[in-house]
Amino acid sequence: MKKLSLLVIVTYLMQVAVIAQSNPLIERVTKKLNLVNDYVATGVMKTDVAFIKASLGKVKVYFKKPNLLKVKKEGGISLLPKGGVTVTINSLLNNKQYIAIESGVQIFKGKSLQAIKLIPTDEKLDWVISTLWIDPVDALVYKTFTTTKENGTYEITMEYGQYANYGLPSKLIFGFNTKDYKLPNGITLEFGDEDPAAKRKALKQKKGTIEITYTNYVINQGVSNSMF
Amino acid sequence: MSVIKVQGLSKNFGAIKAVDQLSFEVEAGQVYGFLGQNGSGKSTTIRMLLSLIHPSEGHIEIFGQSLTANRSAILEQVGAVIERPDLYPYLTAQEHLTLFAKLRKQKITAAKIEATLAQVGLLSRANDKVQTYSLGMKQRLGIGIALLHDPQLIILDEPTNGLDPQGIADIRQLIKSLSKDQGKTVLVSSHLLSEIEQIATHILIIHQGKKMAEGPTSSLLDPNKTIVQIKTLDEADAKQKLMASTYRSNLLERTEGLYLTIPKLEIPALNAFLVASHIDLVSLEAKNSLEDYFLQLTSTF
Amino acid sequence: MWPIIQIELFKIYKRPRTYIAFGAIAALILVIQMGLKIDGEAYAAFLMKDINDTLTVDGKVLNGYLICYILLQLLLVHVPLLVALIAADMLSGEANLGTLRLLFTTPYSRTQWVLAKFVAASFYTILLLIWLAFLALFLSMWIFGTDDLFLMKSNYVVLIQEQDVFWRYLGAFVFASFSLLTVAALGFLMSSLANNSIGPIVATISAIVFFTILSTLNIPLFNIVKPYLFTTHMNNWKEFFDIQVSDSNDAITGSILNVAKIKNSIIILAIHIALFVGASVWIMKKKDILS
Repeated sequence: MKKLSLLVIVTYLMQVAVIAQSNPLIERVTKKLNLVNDYVATGVMKTDVAFIKASLGKVKVYFKKPNLLKVKKEGGISLLPKGGVTVTINSLLNNKQYIAIESGVQIFKGKSLQAIKLIPTDEKLDWVISTLWIDPVDALVYKTFTTTKENGTYEITMEYGQYANYGLPSKLIFGFNTKDYKLPNGITLEFGDEDPAAKRKALKQKKGTIEITYTNYVINQGVSNSMF
Repeated sequence: MSVIKVQGLSKNFGAIKAVDQLSFEVEAGQVYGFLGQNGSGKSTTIRMLLSLIHPSEGHIEIFGQSLTANRSAILEQVGAVIERPDLYPYLTAQEHLTLFAKLRKQKITAAKIEATLAQVGLLSRANDKVQTYSLGMKQRLGIGIALLHDPQLIILDEPTNGLDPQGIADIRQLIKSLSKDQGKTVLVSSHLLSEIEQIATHILIIHQGKKMAEGPTSSLLDPNKTIVQIKTLDEADAKQKLMASTYRSNLLERTEGLYLTIPKLEIPALNAFLVASHIDLVSLEAKNSLEDYFLQLTSTF
Repeated sequence: MWPIIQIELFKIYKRPRTYIAFGAIAALILVIQMGLKIDGEAYAAFLMKDINDTLTVDGKVLNGYLICYILLQLLLVHVPLLVALIAADMLSGEANLGTLRLLFTTPYSRTQWVLAKFVAASFYTILLLIWLAFLALFLSMWIFGTDDLFLMKSNYVVLIQEQDVFWRYLGAFVFASFSLLTVAALGFLMSSLANNSIGPIVATISAIVFFTILSTLNIPLFNIVKPYLFTTHMNNWKEFFDIQVSDSNDAITGSILNVAKIKNSIIILAIHIALFVGASVWIMKKKDILS
């Protein structure tokens, strides 16, 4: 009986794989992404994590195919979600080691988006499942929700502007789970001067977001590997 | 003119009366000997004259002005060495004098500093740290600081303490010179009568905080009242023979020892009487310590 | 009063003990800097353990600004002890030496002498702080370079932009001078009560330790007095390194989270200084100089 069930599942997945390979919307998205071999983007990054007080900072984002990505704050320290690079659209789609399953249409910010679930076929990949919400009209991904093996779930929402033809967003909001932060008073030497409000806030909020608003892209001008 | 005028001065430390209703006057140009045993109240009085100790009662006038009201102006004209010559061990003599020169209104030149160093015999060691000095050198430096600003009144509290005979002689000479050659008024305290006797023009004797005697040295240390101690092999026999003689009225009532007060010039005659009376004499000694003088005072007052 | 301030400064300059504190600070800072230079990454990794679970921190975290903060955190607890070494000896040391009577028989009043001595002790304290700033801040900046200040506090992390850091250190050092002057004033007060050197130094250090314990213990009974203890306020230089955030959780560059707390602390420390010095003047004026 068990063997039979397994056979049914495998057969189903193989069918789905066939579906994935021929999913036209994903193909259109991939085709658009493939227009970009590399880019250097400038933008402003905002870090919103309950236990972090950081100001807006100018950043440069470097990308090179297939999935090299680096966010550098201009002359400063930058904070990025751990493992976040592995869940960008390029990383998800470029290796093509997934099964794509269409899972209905949803309205998001007034747009009717096709939800497609991706299930990786390579066990070595860090992510377990990802859902992409794609506008069938312009083949742009507006939202992704990815569950990873080690770093929890990531939600990325995107807005598009003048670089939409390349599938590059004008704004990207990266949502991720945060863990507790606490350093013993004996190390920080902060006795009796805790900020109770900040403490409460840190405990209540377990989500963090990093928001990058892009002001400019320099596309396909070549980026050295040393940047990554 | 009185340089110092003290009236009804008292200082109590709890139940202890360190100084008790003390009054005296020091005239300009005098070397005023302030005599008393250790713990008699000399230093407490001197510290009150220098505003280091607040009097419990009484009034102090220096240069005709109240010390309380005109402390700063008065101390501008006073130089003092109080008890031990305590100085900064990590500074040199030159640095000491340079620092203390800054504290005076009048400009004290480098030449004056050098002259002062020469005056107290420290010119050759001027750039050595005080921690390498002997007690005598420190005492001389203390005196140098006191004299640096050319004060009108010099107060020296036990200035010869710890000095060797040559040092004592030097200080004695310096005090005499300050008064005689420069017309300064010097108040000098000591517990040694012999010391004061040689330099003071006037003496005040203090005992348990109270004034016991005051006046010119010549009248206080009366040669007609010299105390003589007689030591014999048989004291009772000697006393009996003296009682029977003309010396009866000269005998002092004492529980121990045999004492007489007689004019200094009559000591040889007393010696002859003792020999003639077949008293086995061991010694015949004229006493001149402060204790002896107190003995003399208590016998005459 | 300038001549007697000059004299007091000259004596501090000439006294061998003065240089113990400068030497101790230099040795401590250099050892910590050397340790962090050699093995600082491991230390930073230890501090950032919780953060690294969630975020990747990219950049020169262990830069001169963070090193300076670490040094100040460690040293500003101990520098008061070095300040006490000099301040608590200013009057009693002279009484012990017997030189107080030399000073008090000059035309200057006792009030003038006491104030001059406090000014000199303050000058020494400020100089010590400048030395500390030079080694902890400027030397660290030179050795480790500069970058944003990534500050890990007990419950949250503050990331201050590089160009927004230096002025905060200036503010912190000015604040620290109030803290250390309070210690100097306390040492001074203890000094006015004794005629020996060791007693007031030990008493000052004991008082600081005692009140620091009261300030750090979270016991309701002590919480009543805490706001009035100088030790509660001495470490508030750290407030210069906390930053306001906007409604959208953006840190506001150039802002300080709790300016009122800093002002309040400075006022309380200044009141302590005035009280301690005032009491010292009063005691010394009344005192019979018997040494």
